[in-house]
Amino acid sequence: MKYLYYPGCSLEGTALEYNASTQTFMQELEVDLLELKDWTCCGASAAEATSYLLSLALPAYILAMAEEMDGTKEILVPCSACYLNLKKVEEKSRKDPELLDKINTILKEKKLHFHGQVRVRHLLDVVARDIGPAKIFSRVKNPFIDLKIAPYYGCQCLRPYSIFDDPEEPRSMEPLIEAVGAKIHPWNMGGRCCGASHMTTKPEVALELVTAILKAARGADAIVTVCPMCQMNLEAYQKKICGKSKEDLRMTILYLPQFLGLAMGLSEQDLRLDLNLSVTKEFRNKL
Amino acid sequence: MSPAEKIEIKQRSETAPEPVIDSLATIRDMVSACIQCGTCTGSCPNAFAMDLTPRQLWYNVLMGEKETIFHSKTFSLCSVCYCCTLRCPRGLPLTETMSALKQIAAKENLAPYKKSIQFYKSFMESVRRHGRVREMEFMTLYFLSMKNPFMLLKFAPLGMKLMGKGKVSFEFPSKGNGALESIFRKVEELEQR
Ligand code: SF4
Ligand code: SF4
Repeated sequence: MKYLYYPGCSLEGTALEYNASTQTFMQELEVDLLELKDWTCCGASAAEATSYLLSLALPAYILAMAEEMDGTKEILVPCSACYLNLKKVEEKSRKDPELLDKINTILKEKKLHFHGQVRVRHLLDVVARDIGPAKIFSRVKNPFIDLKIAPYYGCQCLRPYSIFDDPEEPRSMEPLIEAVGAKIHPWNMGGRCCGASHMTTKPEVALELVTAILKAARGADAIVTVCPMCQMNLEAYQKKICGKSKEDLRMTILYLPQFLGLAMGLSEQDLRLDLNLSVTKEFRNKL
Repeated sequence: MSPAEKIEIKQRSETAPEPVIDSLATIRDMVSACIQCGTCTGSCPNAFAMDLTPRQLWYNVLMGEKETIFHSKTFSLCSVCYCCTLRCPRGLPLTETMSALKQIAAKENLAPYKKSIQFYKSFMESVRRHGRVREMEFMTLYFLSMKNPFMLLKFAPLGMKLMGKGKVSFEFPSKGNGALESIFRKVEELEQR
């Protein structure tokens, strides 16, 4: 198996451990990742809030660069915000030739042309459908039979394009978590919004959303995520949230490849668990 | 010019200026089939904090009530979760409509939305300069543009933690290699037509 790889800006900064664990995990499963050369930012949520055309031009530039690469036409993206931005261009340009023309007028500045031939894949999609639970099961070295996990999907890998999961009641992580022996924490918050960038501009609102998620996760040993923004919102403000709600809502938050990787016997160093902001003592004792 | 001045935003009057009216017509088309059922409101995780519910916002868009729309916090409280878009029985592109309103507010630098506008513009400025966002530069540009040292203090504990883990490093805003300059320029040119 082979994919082009677009890490995106967060994975070079606040989500370094998502990058490291994705690469180690894929390597262990003999999946080749070919990182895009000189990749640029997809515009995150900021481009769309300032200019519609820019919010399509930036990801189109990335996809056009991907088309220039040899070997495969599938591009793997771990960050849900990047994934949606890239996916949006893939979907829209296929349905709207006029828009595609406009995009290519812009890309001419970079002497590139976008043909619409690459397929954008979220990391979760690839792990759940291409790799699959059976292969992961066959690699398990430390079965996590004592752990109960709350799968958290967030928004943008599920909506508006429902490619690999039910956008209302997502389940795609469950067979993967069960493949390593762990149980699923029953909850209906897996696809609820974490508030995204509101955490910086409207913290009172985002804190409310995250508090509700952490409360619903009580009883689980960890929440597993597939997006740097969700991960940060869920892990970085727990102290404040516990203080405000006067409850112990501390919770371990891990990226999916970190969690699966641990069960497959990959080391904490390789998965960069040291970079996570919330791994509780109770969780460590159960490992 | 210092980097902070470069992204300085001039505060305009509280009233929405003329060009807003034109772009509002396009936005009205996006929601013209709305039947006011309220599914969007019921689906929105941020509705509790909004002054107008999403359904009420669409009503005001249909009525062309630009004063009400651009004094309301509602569209700036959209966190782009796509729940409303997924569930609207008329299949309307509601999340994109929220974003279209954000785009007008950003273009016109409307005062009530200063914080979000500066946040997004600081982000895009860092991307424009370097091709990729530099998280610390972006936050520095943002705090500088807000001229509010208390915001920096609020962010400091997390910033320090992230620096301690080697995830971000302090950097002064710099000019960069302009990797995306030509794309930004071309987009601006096309948008002005
Ligand atoms: S869900 Fe759709 S039709 Fe119903 S009120 Fe909202 S926008 Fe209108
Ligand atoms: S996309 Fe925006 S308006 Fe729609 S439900 Fe989500 S937060 Fe609310």
